[in-house]
Amino acid sequence: MNLYSRTILTLSAHALVGLAMFAFVPQLHAQENYFVTYSQELEEPGNLEIATKNVTGAPKGGNPFVATALEFEYGVKTWWTTELYLDGQTTAGESTLFTGFRLEDRVRPLLREHWINPVLYFEFEDINGADKALLEVVGHDSRTDIATRNDRSEKKREAEFKLILSSNFRGWNVSENIIAEKNLNNSPWEFGYALGASRALALAASAKPCKFCRENFVLGAEMYGGLGERYSFGLPDTSHYLGPVVTWSIPRGPTLRLSPNFGLNQNSNVFLFRFMLSYEIDQLFSKLGSSR
Amino acid sequence: MTHRRPAVFLFILALVGFAFAAAGDGEWLRKVPAKDRVRANPFAADSDAPAAGAKIFAEHCAQCHGEDAQGKTQDKHVRPNLHADRIKQATPGELFWLLTNGSQKNGMPSWSRLPDAQRWQLITFLKSLP
Repeated sequence: MNLYSRTILTLSAHALVGLAMFAFVPQLHAQENYFVTYSQELEEPGNLEIATKNVTGAPKGGNPFVATALEFEYGVKTWWTTELYLDGQTTAGESTLFTGFRLEDRVRPLLREHWINPVLYFEFEDINGADKALLEVVGHDSRTDIATRNDRSEKKREAEFKLILSSNFRGWNVSENIIAEKNLNNSPWEFGYALGASRALALAASAKPCKFCRENFVLGAEMYGGLGERYSFGLPDTSHYLGPVVTWSIPRGPTLRLSPNFGLNQNSNVFLFRFMLSYEIDQLFSKLGSSR
Repeated sequence: MTHRRPAVFLFILALVGFAFAAAGDGEWLRKVPAKDRVRANPFAADSDAPAAGAKIFAEHCAQCHGEDAQGKTQDKHVRPNLHADRIKQATPGELFWLLTNGSQKNGMPSWSRLPDAQRWQLITFLKSLP
């Protein structure tokens, strides 16, 4: 068994143990339906969601890897969510690294529901060149970025802005993200996009408690990629991915999400597999206050 | 002219503060458009809807409004009692509008991510509360 297989097995075992533990803990749920695309949904005020967003791949010309972004998402207000990400990765035959952190805020400027609901996204990230979390694709990002050997010498202190547009209609969610990112080290602006559509398998809830009811499953698809940079804007010379997304929200339990992603051009990795486990703690500070 | 600026700023601040204060406790009812007010609940006569709505309530609403829907006070925020007359007297259409849009200034999020059918089931449950 090679290192890659061992890494995958270990991570899968952790995920299964975590899932088994969480499945019996009451008072939890989550809301996003995608990996890269953001929708209009924000964290409910006072709730803390803890999630691991993972991606694994075997880039041509490089070693297989598993990257993880550990996410802490807190609802400050109904219209404001703040997040901290801690990124790390393991590359077979190379090393296991902590690759940096991200601070992110999402603000919903319009307080009522509209046909299209905008959300403004701001992020500061301090990561290094070995980061493979692939939380977005911008500029001329390509498979060579994840195929090169782990190198922490390149520092990336970046500001990122997203315009999130999202609609809920007849059980469907359709979301579009426009991404602009700038390395604060005097680099040009880089751009990207992400699109997603999803729908629950059943729109009405069943009367009986159940973990495997159709309403607990959401099926969707997302597509994301780069749009070049300020001086060479466009779809060529960057990578694009497309894939289905399956989400299983266990009632009063954790949420599990899986997505195989397929590269759409030769700059893209042929295949990436994303998986996520999230757990939500309701009314965190009220619970802490009452326990004192 | 420049001496007036702080006064104008304070006046605007007071107006905004007043608007926020006035938004609490049932203010949302006055914002519901007439066409939404009269919408009928397609799950009103569905015998399974109260149980399905109770399940949705336990999953998404009980954390703030309490397992028994009697309301709560959390960190100075009052989460309304859903057995109150205001809820009993509200039309299904008004409650659907509230669930869809939320009352975000008062801490009630939008629940538009729940499909329409589930929001109507939830309303059937709320209307069945004693």
